[in-house]
Amino acid sequence: MVLPVVVVLAVLVGYPLGRGIYLSLTDANEANVGRTIGVNHIPSTYEFVGLDNYWKVLSGQEGHFYGRLGWTVVWTAACVFLHYAIGLGLALLLNRRMRFRALYRVLLILPWAVPAFVATFSWRLMFNEKYGVLNAMLEKLGVGAVDWLGDSTLQKMSAVAVNVWLGVPFMMVAILGGLQSIPAELHEAAEMDGASPWQRFRHVTLPGLRPVSGTVILLGTIWTFNMFQVIYLLIGQGASSESEILVTYSYRLAFQGIRDYAGSATYGILILSLLLVFAVFYRRLLARQEEAR
Amino acid sequence: MRRGISVAAVVGVLALTATACGGDGGGGGSDGSKAAKDPGSVSGTVTWWDTSDATNEAPAFKKLVKDFEAKYPKIKVDYVNVPFDQAQQKFKTAASTGKGAPDVLRSDVGWTPGFAQLGYLKDLTGTPALDKTDDFLEGPLKNAAYEGKTYGVPQVTDTLGLLYNKDLFKKAGVDKPPATWQEVKDAAKKVKEKAGADGIGLSPDSYYSLPFLYGEKSDMVDAAAKKITISDAASRKGIETAVDLVKSGAAPKPAGTDGYNALKTDFKNGKLAMLIDGPWATKELFGGEAFKNKDNLGIAAVPAGSTGVAGAPVGGHNLVVYAGSGNFDASYLFTRFMTDAEHQTEISKSIGLLPTRKSAYTPEVLADPVRKSFHEALATAHPRPPIPQGGDLFTVWLQHYTRILTLKEEPQAGLDATAKEWKSALLKDYAVQE
Repeated sequence: MVLPVVVVLAVLVGYPLGRGIYLSLTDANEANVGRTIGVNHIPSTYEFVGLDNYWKVLSGQEGHFYGRLGWTVVWTAACVFLHYAIGLGLALLLNRRMRFRALYRVLLILPWAVPAFVATFSWRLMFNEKYGVLNAMLEKLGVGAVDWLGDSTLQKMSAVAVNVWLGVPFMMVAILGGLQSIPAELHEAAEMDGASPWQRFRHVTLPGLRPVSGTVILLGTIWTFNMFQVIYLLIGQGASSESEILVTYSYRLAFQGIRDYAGSATYGILILSLLLVFAVFYRRLLARQEEAR
Repeated sequence: MRRGISVAAVVGVLALTATACGGDGGGGGSDGSKAAKDPGSVSGTVTWWDTSDATNEAPAFKKLVKDFEAKYPKIKVDYVNVPFDQAQQKFKTAASTGKGAPDVLRSDVGWTPGFAQLGYLKDLTGTPALDKTDDFLEGPLKNAAYEGKTYGVPQVTDTLGLLYNKDLFKKAGVDKPPATWQEVKDAAKKVKEKAGADGIGLSPDSYYSLPFLYGEKSDMVDAAAKKITISDAASRKGIETAVDLVKSGAAPKPAGTDGYNALKTDFKNGKLAMLIDGPWATKELFGGEAFKNKDNLGIAAVPAGSTGVAGAPVGGHNLVVYAGSGNFDASYLFTRFMTDAEHQTEISKSIGLLPTRKSAYTPEVLADPVRKSFHEALATAHPRPPIPQGGDLFTVWLQHYTRILTLKEEPQAGLDATAKEWKSALLKDYAVQE
């Protein structure tokens, strides 16, 4: 009975992955992969080069890896931190009894319901230096126009802002679910024992949220690390290379100019390895904390 | 985040790289003799990917397609409008896998050598598709060639010119369009003082940097000598001229994102006196406040650099035939029909595009001042280097040119970085000219 699963996995995951690893060990690109197109026949001339691609990337010869890795890590850390912090804050607010609670929850989930590319394009309009609403407001306040998407630092901040807007609702919903799964008796008991609100938050709420938090932070990290749409659509397809993260760069290798299959596959495998290493260590850390309790 | 592309993205990239290696284009090895000798007997279907603007231009082309079908009733044309900015990637994906590629594509002149080098295109030299080659303008025909063979039939051409607002010039007391960048600077100053508008709009898009390079008799690369010339002294001088226009206030500092559109908006609303742009922009400009009276738009050749030479790039589109097309005969007939003088005249009259055939410039076509001015500008226009990397050079250069023009990077540093990136990624066997 296990056979169908094995077959599906092999076809959907195994083959492409294996092919990608193989390509990353060659110098294959659009020009040297053999093919026959109607009347034109082009022979295969690409070669097996071993770990050469990885060496070039990791030794810095290829020139773009470490800068982009650094920014990708900063980007991921900043986004996930803000996602979690704001999501937690909103979840705590919405977990209290109040009027129109359902309405607020629906409104706060809206950013999540808007497709990421639509949201990104709307933000891009708002950030526009000359005709964007943000600069119009700044002008009203007497502050000059700001080149949101032109300057590289502002560009990065804008991208983080858009991604936070997109990602907070998911965190909020997940944490809200986590909050509701904490038995009310625990809070009551703590209150009876005279714990202050802060103490109740630290010693009851946070530990109660741990299973949910661990999972959403891991997911959020993987998603944000590979958040293609926001970077690609907001900052654009060439205007600046410093704000590119690893995935958008891998995409550029695969789809711009003479398609570099080998280079793109190398980046793909490196991203995969980085995330695997992160996930393994992160799970181990969580497990250790669990044991320590 | 959310609905993530996490591991799926990695696998996706890998899967894409994997699928791009197949390739078995069908296709008969016809030499097109049937199309030449007995066109009436040719039958079948031709799929055409048109990259023209779907609202402004496509209806005119669709009408031509109908006429073609009426003339050759045995041939059916499958018309597909593909957005210009996606067409290059889409065609490459389809062509390399042999699945879903069109028989005929409207290809930007910058893409044509690249497609030819990768083996995606049928050599059209001597086929019935390429009829009366003497009649083509020289620039567009050169842009369709790669290594001595002709892979495309020029369909439309264009170049850049200096567009100006005559009213603003009159208010400022500028009596003739500036012919050099120095005169542009002087005119801009007068416009600012007396007419209260900005001087000249310089698009931060790298394509628009070419007149500055050509004005110093330089270019991005010297393809014949295999040299990268963007960082040499002459090129730098050209780019510094552009920067100087921004620094001196003659040109407003362009926005780093969507800068070109912002300039067009300002120009058509009368807030900007001059703009470097091509004939494709005129339709939109005439929709603006400042050019309700069409006569108010003046068009001159791009200004000259310090060498006294003025040059603008030749742009435009070719019709190319996919090497894996199953029906060359019909594709040739279709290509020839769409690019013959009579139909080019028709297209020019209905949507204003510039023909590529000399005989298509009839008195009627030239009666329109926009077409007449750009036709004159074409005489001194500059073909682009016929190298497969031509289109990709712009992508790298764009990043630096935008930064240079928005004063975030020194010209020398940006030019050196561009040359270095070209050498390491695109032009490995070229020398870098200091």
